[in-house]
Amino acid sequence: MRRRAGALAPYFLVLPGGLWLAIFFVVPMAVMLSVSLQTGNVVDGFTQTFDVGVYADAITTYDTQFIRSLIFGLIATVATILLAYPMAYWIAFHAGRNKSNYLFLVLLPFFVSFVIRTVSWKFLLADDGIVLGNLKDAGLLPADFHVLATSFAVVAGLTYNFFPFMLLPIYVALERVDPRLLEAADDLYANRRGVFGRVVLPLSMPGVFAGFLLTFVPATSDFVNAYVLGGTNTTMIGNIIQTTYLTNADYPLASAVSFILMAVLLVGIFVYARLLGTRDVLELSAR
Amino acid sequence: MTATGDTVTGDADIRDAATGVPAAIELVGVAKDYQSRGRAVPAVSRVDLEIRSGEFFSLLGPSGCGKSTTLRMIAGFEEPTRGRILLQGRDVTAVPPNRRDVNLVFQSYALFPHLDVAGNVAFGLRRRGVKGRELRERVGSMLDLVELSELADRRPRELSGGQQQRVALARALVNRPAALLLDEPLGALDLKLRQTMQIQLKAIQREVGITFVYVTHDQGEALTMSDRIAVMNGGRVEQLASPRDIYERPRTRFVAGFIGTSNLLRRTVRAVDAAGPDGRPTVVLDAGVEERLSAPLHPQTGPLRAGDQVELTVRPEKIEMSATRPDGPGCALRGRIVEVVYLGTYTTYTVATHGGNEITVFWQNSTGASNIAERGDEIWLSWLPEHSYVLPESVDLPEADDQPEAIALPAAVALPEAVALPASVDPAEAVDPAAGTSTDPVAYRVSH
Ligand SMILES: Nc1ncnc2c1ncn2[C@@H]1O[C@H](COP(=O)(O)OP(=O)(O)OP(=O)(O)O)[C@@H](O)[C@H]1O
Ligand SMILES: [Mg+2]
Repeated sequence: MRRRAGALAPYFLVLPGGLWLAIFFVVPMAVMLSVSLQTGNVVDGFTQTFDVGVYADAITTYDTQFIRSLIFGLIATVATILLAYPMAYWIAFHAGRNKSNYLFLVLLPFFVSFVIRTVSWKFLLADDGIVLGNLKDAGLLPADFHVLATSFAVVAGLTYNFFPFMLLPIYVALERVDPRLLEAADDLYANRRGVFGRVVLPLSMPGVFAGFLLTFVPATSDFVNAYVLGGTNTTMIGNIIQTTYLTNADYPLASAVSFILMAVLLVGIFVYARLLGTRDVLELSAR
Repeated sequence: MTATGDTVTGDADIRDAATGVPAAIELVGVAKDYQSRGRAVPAVSRVDLEIRSGEFFSLLGPSGCGKSTTLRMIAGFEEPTRGRILLQGRDVTAVPPNRRDVNLVFQSYALFPHLDVAGNVAFGLRRRGVKGRELRERVGSMLDLVELSELADRRPRELSGGQQQRVALARALVNRPAALLLDEPLGALDLKLRQTMQIQLKAIQREVGITFVYVTHDQGEALTMSDRIAVMNGGRVEQLASPRDIYERPRTRFVAGFIGTSNLLRRTVRAVDAAGPDGRPTVVLDAGVEERLSAPLHPQTGPLRAGDQVELTVRPEKIEMSATRPDGPGCALRGRIVEVVYLGTYTTYTVATHGGNEITVFWQNSTGASNIAERGDEIWLSWLPEHSYVLPESVDLPEADDQPEAIALPAAVALPEAVALPASVDPAEAVDPAAGTSTDPVAYRVSH
């Protein structure tokens, strides 16, 4: 009997989370899949027609936004890596006893609501706001210079908003690197670049990988940054889903776009995992 | 090694003056203070050492005595607060670890978890630009040497403790450093494996001929493997000598107590005979009627006079027991057996002498030697004078700062004559603080 209970224990552990996912993830997914294959409108109602043509429509209509979202997401993710890695490195290896204080300071702004932060960026970067307005008055910028409604503003907003999701996993990975390994590398004739490139970087790759997932996926499907900081030329696929669903009430199309986005992200992540997550890559990086 | 049992001083011949070969490693007046919360914490107060090329050298001492700190200064991870470090005659005090021709085997191994066994072993060679066939061959033959060829593509976490230990050793040795530094490399292994690895390590050292500096707090390990041992205590070297000399002629009370079991008898000098029975200087000590107590007088003990207070050490296994008074010129004390503990290959007897000391005797349980005596028996203890050693009362090594003239000399010969003088003749004054709680001021015993 005991033995049976022991063998079943893992299933009991999975049960609560599994139920939660089943109710709030699997069921809505099934419903959405069904909705995407319906035809009709809000007034006349929708009927299940299993018409897959909506997927083709979604791709041909919104290919620009799909591609733009992927590019924005990718640039923002790479930018967060470039910003977060050195900072995480410094906190993990050089902040001494104040590590947690620095970490807290870095994360402090992110206790403020995502939307409020993005809106405050809008004030800051407004064409005649505190920054640009003063620079223009001082004659340092041309009068028609603007930041808002550009791709730069959207990518910068994404980079800023997803920064902690990159910083934390990288920090955790670096923090776990045994300092004796650095001494061992030093002892084995590695210079500073060698110690970093052959030991620290490979050992922190799992953190970068986790940060990439946590940043790339939500950044690519984000709509707040493009909505607040962007213009008509920077619309992302998240905005499309939002307007199609909430404004146009074209539920089948919105669902189809969501599914396509999900598929694209899954394929992208799979390719990425294949490239970066395997032992061979780590081994290669140490050569 | 030249320092063997028949060297009178036990510590002679520290420098290879004759050959002129520079020492593999030389520490000159090296000291290290750590900064902790704004205060300087001395970890190594003064170490002078000269480690010869090709020798198996051990730093032995209790926890916290500064062994690791000394080793880390040699490796370059800690900068000495004072003093200089020379590798093969070259001053490397300010040279970073990656440019020192020594490699460290870490106590925790510190293997790279993201590399397989071969990758770990190749690490140092790759950093020095060795590649292709030479790299493969050197890594391959090193893995053969430590018998890990089969496991070349395993990750460290897929290895047992002993296997990890050998990877750590191979990773350092493959670089053919001028010296290999090992910080308690067997500390994490169980007893059986440790003993096997001791033999392997020693064999490997003999095979590659590289200088080994070995840190351990295990006296058995140091005694079995080393050519020479520096016994450290409280941040300084108490004695530097061959294992045999360390064991048979401990120079300080600390060494006598730390290495093996020692009987320490505090006695008064009755006479000093410049030419004893065998023609060598001999100290005759106070003893009871019919009892005899004498010991050879070694130069580094310093001049002694009648009435001086000294301590006599004698190892438990050197003592004979007999029912009647033994003949001959050896030492002989009378006593009563107060404790008998059977320990398999030998039995320990605790004997209370008529002089009020307790002496431990190890008696080999060979055939025919069974049950020579029982608790309560009156017996005679005897040993040859040359198996005992006289320590002047409260020998202390000089304070580093008081003895600037000694800096250029290795610690073991740097003991100035004046300090080796017997201290106060007042026994009450002279009681060592370490033995302060002892109710028996005449003798005590330290065992491990
Ligand atoms: N980084 C440090 N900061 C402050 N004090 C230190 C530091 N490292 C060591 N010490 C102190 O220096 C002294 C010597 O330490 P060390 O590590 O050399 O001892 P050890 O002989 O190797 O001991 P063990 O056998 O326990 O390893 C100890 O009292 C220790 O507390
Ligand atoms: Mg240590």
